[in-house]
Amino acid sequence: MSKEKLVVIGNGMAGIRTLEELFKLTTEQYEITVIGAEPHPNYNRIMLSPVLAGEKQLEDIILNDRDWYEENGINLLTGDPVVKIDRARQQLTTEKDEVLEYDRLLLATGSNPFIIPVPGHDKEGVIGFRDIADVETMLAAASNYKKAVVIGGGLLGLEAANGLIKKGMDVTVVHLLDTLMERQLDKPAANLLKATLEEQGMKFMMEAQTAEILGDERVNGIRFADGSEIETDLVVMAVGIRPNIALAQESGIHCENGIVVNDTMQSYDPKIYSVGECVQHRNICYGLVAPLWEQAKVAANHLANIGIGRYEGSVTSTKLKVTGIDLFSAGEFHEQEGDETLVLRDPAMGVYKKLVVRDNQIKGAVMYGDTLDGTWYFQLLRDGTDISAFRNTILFGQHDLGDAGHGDETRIAALSNDAEICGCNGVCKGDIVDSIVKKGLFTLDDVRAHTKASSSCGSCTGLVESILASTVGEGYSATPSKKPMCGCTEHSHDEVIGAIRQQKLKSMDAVRDFLEWKTPDGCAACRPALNYYLLANWPEEYQDDAQSRFINERAHGNIQKDGTYSVVPRMFGGLCTANDLRAIADVSDKYNVPEMKVTGGQRIDLFGIKKEDLPAMWKDLSEAGFVSGHAYGKAMRTVKTCAGKTWCRFGTQNSTGLGVKLEELTWGSWMPHKFKLAVSGCPRNCAEATIKDFGVVCVDSGYELHIGGNGGIKVRVTDLLCKVDTEEEVLEYCGAFIQKYREEAHYLERTAPWVERVGLQTIKDVLLDDAEMRKSLYDRFKLSQQYAQIDPWKARAEGEQGHEFKNIQISAA
Amino acid sequence: MSNWTPIITLEEIPQLGSRVITTDTMNVAVFRTAKDEVFALRDACPHKGGPLSQGIVHGTSVTCPLHNWKIDLASGEALGPDEGCANVFPTKVEDGMVFLGLNDQSADVA
Ligand code: SRM
Ligand SMILES: Cc1cc2nc3c(=O)[nH]c(=O)nc-3n(C[C@H](O)[C@H](O)[C@H](O)COP(=O)(O)OP(=O)(O)OC[C@H]3O[C@@H](n4cnc5c(N)ncnc54)[C@H](O)[C@@H]3O)c2cc1C
Ligand code: SF4
Ligand code: FES
Repeated sequence: MSKEKLVVIGNGMAGIRTLEELFKLTTEQYEITVIGAEPHPNYNRIMLSPVLAGEKQLEDIILNDRDWYEENGINLLTGDPVVKIDRARQQLTTEKDEVLEYDRLLLATGSNPFIIPVPGHDKEGVIGFRDIADVETMLAAASNYKKAVVIGGGLLGLEAANGLIKKGMDVTVVHLLDTLMERQLDKPAANLLKATLEEQGMKFMMEAQTAEILGDERVNGIRFADGSEIETDLVVMAVGIRPNIALAQESGIHCENGIVVNDTMQSYDPKIYSVGECVQHRNICYGLVAPLWEQAKVAANHLANIGIGRYEGSVTSTKLKVTGIDLFSAGEFHEQEGDETLVLRDPAMGVYKKLVVRDNQIKGAVMYGDTLDGTWYFQLLRDGTDISAFRNTILFGQHDLGDAGHGDETRIAALSNDAEICGCNGVCKGDIVDSIVKKGLFTLDDVRAHTKASSSCGSCTGLVESILASTVGEGYSATPSKKPMCGCTEHSHDEVIGAIRQQKLKSMDAVRDFLEWKTPDGCAACRPALNYYLLANWPEEYQDDAQSRFINERAHGNIQKDGTYSVVPRMFGGLCTANDLRAIADVSDKYNVPEMKVTGGQRIDLFGIKKEDLPAMWKDLSEAGFVSGHAYGKAMRTVKTCAGKTWCRFGTQNSTGLGVKLEELTWGSWMPHKFKLAVSGCPRNCAEATIKDFGVVCVDSGYELHIGGNGGIKVRVTDLLCKVDTEEEVLEYCGAFIQKYREEAHYLERTAPWVERVGLQTIKDVLLDDAEMRKSLYDRFKLSQQYAQIDPWKARAEGEQGHEFKNIQISAA
Repeated sequence: MSNWTPIITLEEIPQLGSRVITTDTMNVAVFRTAKDEVFALRDACPHKGGPLSQGIVHGTSVTCPLHNWKIDLASGEALGPDEGCANVFPTKVEDGMVFLGLNDQSADVA
């Protein structure tokens, strides 16, 4: 039997995907020809953005190389567009005058970037962002010119602008409206996005309407409707796409905005099918790949004469592929009258989430900063799930609140098997888990190859890795999942710490230079972290930077809601004398302290102090023998003790005395986060040593050492490190443990999550099994303490950083 | 009309830091960036009145110490998802001396 002839016009993502789907059903039915206007085999158009940004190479994004076409017996014509279809004869003609016959035809011509028809739009240096040729033009421009303007602040425009910035160009994004990505984002999320992009060096001209492109042959500027002008050497128009329907229209196929197709992807000519961005289905033209994959499946099904699939339209979700930006949007995110909105904002973490709810069902979601639960919301949205049972916690995500440290993995484990993980390829969690188990997969690349999950835009990579990790457990070799420290850099905390040590970087500028920070002086998140890392690594040399410390640490007191400060003098081990208390009482009288309180850390807090009064008050306290209690710092806080052997009828050791020694050893030390100690005199544990960062429980035969405890937000009981015999050993183990934490933990990571991240065993390996290592950690700690145990209050009472505490008085005009 | 009042020398404001000016009616925070630009805002965050002078200065913005709103020093506007605006006062630096422009209008909004 001679085969039928199938011709595919358009060698792009939708067309070739249809063939892949077809081959799953039949390889025998057709003799296939693919004709593409571009000179390349089918590549992943989505990945043009990372190619432009230099994160991927062109060869990485080829989806089907020429061997693939050959192996599947496909006759491939590239660089030769079809110019005419003669439907009566079932013939078509290419630009190079090849004439081919077909029995069935698949139109997959994609779309064209819309070029605003203003005067000058056809000058050299004015392009769209659609194909490899455009990317090559941009890369060439970036090496020869300085300035670029991207017209259009949507998904494509921002990705283009991001790439051009990465290539060293000075980029301005011109947008007609006052909100970026207005089709995907509401105003608050768009503002967050804009602020982050601005920090990365992107410039914006909002509400600006392009009137004319200036220049002779090549563009050299743009004039706007209001008459203003801007210089530029390159203009990228990313204002939208138009389905590429010229060929279909000329051959008399019914088109409106796109080629009109029915639910089986057939055009009005039943021999001609169409898929991809060129089609209009139930009045919608799509511009993302996920719907195209569904269309491809249905078209293949009908081409294979199985004829049961129907395409019924898609709900789409969007992510932006700019490294360091987490953004998710789906459904109707602008509320209509009668809708409810649930909003979570955490400006400190840069997180914004909004859900639009109608009749207890999610209708839309916008997320910025933390998008892990986007998949879950998207599933609830598409399933129309009634959320009333959990709506009060829905914004916190799906994870189980009872577990510390395993956040992402637990959240993934909680997802049901039909939760969609890869939106681009429609791959559900169950498909991925099945492939991992049945085919014995261990790496991300394996999973990509077998399931296609994470192989298109890559934004679900983190989810897929988590599924791998939770499915294969220990056997999974993680490609180190890289979470940038903040929007100013692409480097993770570990990379920054590593660079500081290996490259001997000793100033913040040196770190930012070496690691190519995107902002000149960092932000409120990375500056305190860098300051800490430098201090911890170079205690002898690094000059602390007060302006990179949060106000509490700069002013050495806790800022309070009315702008006053609190003062907590240190009481070593919670012990005090009548004289101490008298001195505190006197100070309290002298400065009219409005309230005093005994803290949970066994000392006294004086509230409501005016900033200007702090140095004088500290001077008085200092003269009475007090030093700062560091109740305000990412620092060693207190050592809580119980009554102990001296008085208590159960006490086994001198817990107060040991507490004082520990506090004398450790006070003043800067830490990645706050650090608390306690010593209890017997296992009744009155000092609550088993929820401290370092706790000692005295027993008859010695001292049990406990680490990694936490009261506070999420209680974690300590792990037992070991038992030792003498106080000297307690001090050495304590100092060594602290130093390991100081050197290795990420800034703002308390010991509890740190111990869970690195594992108790790695800590034991060093502290217990390697006496030399323990000793050298302890020595390093003591060395750094030489520079840290200088009472900051005394120093300021004597005039250090005086400007911090003095206001300037003037009379207002 | 602006009424230029000499306040303080540039040197006396720490780079990436601020000083507080107390007037009869309010506090004004005067900021100095890494590039020695000088900005002045009313020392009250549009969110809950937090003292902006006490925040971390980066680029040309300051992060409020109370709840981390980020405020643009030039316009006084909250950046990011939050909306609000702190009053801005004109400043100029001449021969190392910082001048603050307190005008009738700013007295009104105060
Ligand atoms: C003063 C004090 C309450 C009291 O009157 O007892 C206190 C006051 C504050 N605590 Fe606390 N905590 C105090 C003991 C505790 C304790 C109890 C303890 O240490 O035994 C805990 C639980 C134990 C723990 O940390 O594991 C505790 C867990 C927290 C947490 C949650 C920490 C966590 O890891 O989950 C925070 C928030 C944070 O650090 O981010 C916090 C934060 C704060 C801050 C600093 C809030 C802030 O960032 O401004 C409060 C400052 C108030 C102020 O205006 O001065 N405070 N805080 C206690 C001071 C102890 C001291 O002498 O230094
Ligand atoms: C930079 C960029 C980033 C993107 N990012 C994302 C993303 O993150 N997520 C997402 O879901 N989508 C994204 N998209 C959209 C996605 O790439 C498209 O939806 C998808 O490629 C459309 O597939 P298609 O087959 O319909 O069209 P195309 O992939 O464009 O294929 C059409 C092909 O047909 C050829 N052709 C046209 N006319 C003729 C003719 N007469 N004869 C022969 N050949 C012809 C064209 O040259 C083209 O090669 C992005 C697009 C771009 C450009
Ligand atoms: S726990 Fe033991 S040592 Fe502590 S007070 Fe109670 S009995 Fe005394
Ligand atoms: S008062 Fe400034 S952020 Fe709340």
